[in-house]
Amino acid sequence: MNTFRKHVIQPIIDCWSLIVGLKITGKYFCKPLITVHYPREVIDSENLSTYGGHVELIGKPKDPATPKCISCMMCVTNCPSGCLTVVKSKAPKPTADQEAAWKAAEEAGEKVEKPKAPKNPAKFIYDYTKCSLCGTCIENCPAKSLRFSNNIYWVATSRAEMKIDLLARLKGQAAEVSAPAHAPKSEASAPAEKEA
Amino acid sequence: MSAYQNSEQMKGDFYTQKFEAGKRDGTLILNMGPQHPSTHGVLRIVVELDGEYVVRAEPVLGYLHRMHEKMGETQTWGGFIPNMGRVDYGHPMAWNWAYCGAVEKLMGIEVPERAELLRVIMTELNRLTSHLLWWGAYILDLGAFTPIMYAFDDREMLLDILQRPTASRLTYSNFRVGGLQMDVDDKCIEMIKAFIPHFRKRLPMYKDLVTDNLILRRRIEDIGIIDQDMCRRYGCTGPVLRGAGVAYDVRRAEPYSVYDRFDFEIPTQTSACSAGRYLVRVAEMEQSMRIIEQAIEMLPSAQGGYIVDKAPKPAMKPPVGEAYFCVEGGRGKVGVYVVSDGSKTPYRVKLRAPGFSNLSAFAEAATGTLIADAVAILGSLDLIIPEIDR
Amino acid sequence: MSAFVQQLLVLIVAAVAAMIWLGINALVWVYCERKFAGHIQRRPGPFEVGPHGALQPLIDGLKLMGKQLLTPDNADAILYWLAPILSMLPVLLLFLPIPYGPVLTGMDVNLGLLLILAFSSFNGLAVLLAGWSSNNKWGLLGAARAVSQTVAYEIPLLLVVLAVTFMTGTLSLTEITNMQAGHIGNWFIWKQPLAFLIFLVAMFGETNRAPFDLAEAESELTAGFHTEYSSMGFGLFFMAEYGYMVVMCSVCSVLFLGGYHGPFPGVDGWWWMLLKTFALLSFMVWVRWTYPRVRFDQLLNINWKWLLPLATFNLLATALILKL
Ligand code: SF4
Ligand code: SF4
Repeated sequence: MNTFRKHVIQPIIDCWSLIVGLKITGKYFCKPLITVHYPREVIDSENLSTYGGHVELIGKPKDPATPKCISCMMCVTNCPSGCLTVVKSKAPKPTADQEAAWKAAEEAGEKVEKPKAPKNPAKFIYDYTKCSLCGTCIENCPAKSLRFSNNIYWVATSRAEMKIDLLARLKGQAAEVSAPAHAPKSEASAPAEKEA
Repeated sequence: MSAYQNSEQMKGDFYTQKFEAGKRDGTLILNMGPQHPSTHGVLRIVVELDGEYVVRAEPVLGYLHRMHEKMGETQTWGGFIPNMGRVDYGHPMAWNWAYCGAVEKLMGIEVPERAELLRVIMTELNRLTSHLLWWGAYILDLGAFTPIMYAFDDREMLLDILQRPTASRLTYSNFRVGGLQMDVDDKCIEMIKAFIPHFRKRLPMYKDLVTDNLILRRRIEDIGIIDQDMCRRYGCTGPVLRGAGVAYDVRRAEPYSVYDRFDFEIPTQTSACSAGRYLVRVAEMEQSMRIIEQAIEMLPSAQGGYIVDKAPKPAMKPPVGEAYFCVEGGRGKVGVYVVSDGSKTPYRVKLRAPGFSNLSAFAEAATGTLIADAVAILGSLDLIIPEIDR
Repeated sequence: MSAFVQQLLVLIVAAVAAMIWLGINALVWVYCERKFAGHIQRRPGPFEVGPHGALQPLIDGLKLMGKQLLTPDNADAILYWLAPILSMLPVLLLFLPIPYGPVLTGMDVNLGLLLILAFSSFNGLAVLLAGWSSNNKWGLLGAARAVSQTVAYEIPLLLVVLAVTFMTGTLSLTEITNMQAGHIGNWFIWKQPLAFLIFLVAMFGETNRAPFDLAEAESELTAGFHTEYSSMGFGLFFMAEYGYMVVMCSVCSVLFLGGYHGPFPGVDGWWWMLLKTFALLSFMVWVRWTYPRVRFDQLLNINWKWLLPLATFNLLATALILKL
């Protein structure tokens, strides 16, 4: 009797679970969709604001086109993947007159005030192909000049394009912010925009 | 028989030839993988089939070997952390933790309480994503297409939560020696608090749709027995071991961090079959949620920040010595052993991947089953191939 | 003589119509299935080509046609290419005897049911040839599965059909339909509920649909019997699968749901047949996107240990009741 129960009655009772399954999928069939229907819809900006895309520079509050970066190379030395290249700016080349004046001053034993090299980097190249998005550069930047971008729509068609000139990108961003009239639908046009 | 069939290429590679040597009469040798839909990556299994019955099976590894251990010897101590996010895409935070824990042990760093609690919260959330991923993929292996979409619906919410304090969605590398990369914000805590009741409501649906399903139960019950004895022999840990009735969980057995403060159960099943492992994982999701809830309650009164003061720089130089640290990952015991010679780079990093040991048991468990069962057993081990090959 | 020519003309028109009907059905059901699947999984499904993705199957078909026809090394080329054709051709024939409306019957033969049952087993042969000739181990496994499956599931199918024919005394589908005229109470589903259930289950087995899609079982056998097929070779199998589904559902609605008769008198018409068939097809799709796949031995166990005894019992009971 027990075997009869186990092999005959029980399976028939268990078939109810199949109907339960159908009920669940049927229920979800009638419910609204939950996927984001790109490109007709985009991800809400709240979610996007925490997205960690490629690394980008932060501009100075007063001069958004120039980065806060002081070319200290901390990010370059600490990056585990070696994807950052920072070139320091050189001091402006002195004219012949200035040079002569300095020489004279030095000979006279005076202290010369030579113009220092600007702290801003001359070049800031970032290779996205190598980046592991670990954030080490961001933490170790003494000037707080780096952050993850929210650029979820980043697209490149060649390897060369994956090397981003972050200075140019910053300039472009600053221009976009200062001239909002040119980009009325910044949200919608973001994907199409040519980055860097 | 063409010339091609007699040529060298037709005889297969080293592994097939080696396998062919012990072939019985009337059997068929079949390569499952490296590109097979249910090996989840590039695992290859050579099986000898008698009809549809598996006579012998042998996993062939190495298709995804990325030399993580060797890379450890060339990176700085801090620079190796991102690698930890890539070892196991399912539960990367466990690996992060194991590595950071080992280095902290070596350097004698005390992690602040708040950082520990945050680590617990994030690792448990990550465990949920890991189990959801496994759950969906396993049911997909068994032939149902829909549950994985429902699982990913919930998993997506978890990823949105985890995205806030980590800035990543899959390969997290937000642990640092001494704490974490970033603190959580209030919004994140709110989202977690909202997620847990939501997920609790979803679990019965999963149960009705899948766990109770007649077909599924018949597919996985009493299939692929990996009992205690086998677990000991192969070194299986995690849900495989707990599915065999051993209540061994690193979080309880060798409590690390603040795990000794939480009240949670260690779900076990005595059946030792695929269904046992399945039920253990499903039950673990509920326990993870309990831990998260308790940790969130403790969070406001916790001491310290999200990282220790004067956290070591990535180019730190730990003292000469060695350390081993293990944590409970989604798949079992994750262990990292580091040796320092006092320089900026580790002398040796050894990773103990639970999946590797669990997979070893497959060949024995699958012998004598049908090929469809072999797929069910493979899935029930919750294999993440990058972790096995490292 | 003129009667013969007339018959021939009707047959040709019917065959062409069947072909068109099959093509339309395949397109519509590929689309519907993907949409249904999408909505069950809470995503939109195909959306880009045409309004709500309605032209997607057409474009997919064109894409398939544009692909290269590949014959694997060491495959038996003749059998290999014969298989998809063999799988496709009988489907056309199967549509002929099905009465879609009072006058919408391609060929009103008095052995229509027999014809359908006989020719639908061609699919098993085609699948066997496909798997076997493609010189692929996965294909071979799929073929072996397919044959034992179709052979097994044909038996309960035959037995329940036999039970219905015991009641009707005819094998002509038109006559069977006409016996269910009137109102919903006359449908055979009420007289043969067990037979209806068995038919429903066996239908999944006979058409290789999930959860009984063991012959393709992509998570076990990669793609089973059609692993090696590319382009329209695969396309024909695909169309044939949908064709068989439509045929089976049509037969089911003729046998049990009153065919083109409405649920109450005076509203008969082909639309009822269409509606019933489509409802059954939707059910098949719904089931596919809900359940895991059964294992092979379980599949056969369901057949031999459940369907067959039940069908036999049903047949005997029917015979007994009719005799009394
Ligand atoms: S995120 Fe990591 S890998 Fe990427 S640039 Fe910064 S330090 Fe380098
Ligand atoms: S970005 Fe920061 S860390 Fe890098 S060079 Fe500039 S200031 Fe230094």
